[in-house]
Amino acid sequence: MPDASALLPYDYSPLTILAFVLVLAGYGIALLRMAPDQQPGPVRIVAFTLGVLLCYGVMQTRFDYFSQYMFFVHRGQHLILHHLGPFLIALSNPLPIFRFWYRALGLANKPWLAPVAWLYRLLQQPVIAAVLFVGLIYFWLWPAVHFDAMLSRDLYWLMNWSMLLDGLLFWWLMFDPRSPAKTTALGYGKRILILALVALPQMILGAWIVFSRDMVYDVYEVCGRAWPLAPETDQLLGGLLTWIPPAMMSILGILILLRRAMHADTPRPHPGQPRSLVNGGAS
Amino acid sequence: MKTGLAALLAALALLAGCGNNQPWHGKDISGLMPELAFELTGTNGQTVTASDSAGQLRLLYFGFTSCPDVCPDTLARLRVAINQLPEAKREQVEVLFVSVDPKRDTPERLASYVNFFGEHVTGLTGTEAQLRALSKRYRTTFGYDEPDENGNYNVSHSSAVYAFDHQGRARLLMRPDLSAQAISEDLARLSREHTGT
Repeated sequence: MPDASALLPYDYSPLTILAFVLVLAGYGIALLRMAPDQQPGPVRIVAFTLGVLLCYGVMQTRFDYFSQYMFFVHRGQHLILHHLGPFLIALSNPLPIFRFWYRALGLANKPWLAPVAWLYRLLQQPVIAAVLFVGLIYFWLWPAVHFDAMLSRDLYWLMNWSMLLDGLLFWWLMFDPRSPAKTTALGYGKRILILALVALPQMILGAWIVFSRDMVYDVYEVCGRAWPLAPETDQLLGGLLTWIPPAMMSILGILILLRRAMHADTPRPHPGQPRSLVNGGAS
Repeated sequence: MKTGLAALLAALALLAGCGNNQPWHGKDISGLMPELAFELTGTNGQTVTASDSAGQLRLLYFGFTSCPDVCPDTLARLRVAINQLPEAKREQVEVLFVSVDPKRDTPERLASYVNFFGEHVTGLTGTEAQLRALSKRYRTTFGYDEPDENGNYNVSHSSAVYAFDHQGRARLLMRPDLSAQAISEDLARLSREHTGT
């Protein structure tokens, strides 16, 4: 039943709406004002917009209601916030947009930016980024923590925003378009290794949920489900969503990176020291 | 120096032995949810708000009167739990039974239903919008099944009881598997906190 009210937020969050409006408006304004030769192509624009709208959709439409009262829908919500949405956004390479705003706002040499930059560099250390990516999934799915997060409105928002922000950081680290040979961007080998390593614990967690005989997440039982679905089915579907799609996203990411590494490896005169790009420093 | 250390150890032992650290039987939800507030309709058709029962220890429970098992079972357990309290404390406890099925649960029907479960139960219901607002505030939901040929339908709702202390703060979430004895002990403890005895 198509119903326009389904597009309205279940739990209206002005800050969230403001954040999404600013991002989309910032992207649009930069597109219109930047030099045509720097503009991203239509595929990249669509990928970026789609990624942003997907994340908005799971946070500020009726989808959010079902995420709060169905475990498997909640897993779908996190799949989009932590994987698919940021994956598309990072893949769309919004770097020219960043550069545009960096110049337009005169952000160079602003002292208050230094701690932000320091924090960013810290979070983008390969080991920290990988541990944070998997750690957040485990943390919010820890049964006691999950119970509280679904009961407390503040914790719930903190959970969803932390997943989205960490997803953006992680996939940006993976798909950073700058050449590892010429910049400090992470080498392709390390990126591929991280993608393979983070898939494993996610698969283990998903499989554990799928094969658990007991109800691991009884908060949905206690607070009522959105519709009368058998608890075992809900848990099974949720476990599968934690298990399969994230593993596939890792594989997809690895394929994209392999292709990129091979492109970068085709002979092109590089200044500086010669270096195997496929192994990109993962010695 | 030595006496200082002994005093510190004694203080630590006292803190640990105070019993405030031992877990509740119910799930502690302190700080997770907003304080009790609602505007609903009572069994006489009058408007009832949270301030009408201010200062009481309140147990909020969502259900409906055609509920086959879980609602009567829970209400009966609450009744036993309350009756186990000392008489003076019994008077401070109020069960707020909120029917999320206003179509069938008229105030009269609700009145005869809650009377069956003792004098400490207050029957409440409201418009669907009021009920949605309240259930959303406490992060729960309800839904209706398709009616059968006799017009009967099932209603999904929260199976837990929310306990609010004398100040109206959300304190405990009592799962349906909690025994009357356990509920009674938690209620007595909440009450002790208030009176300091």
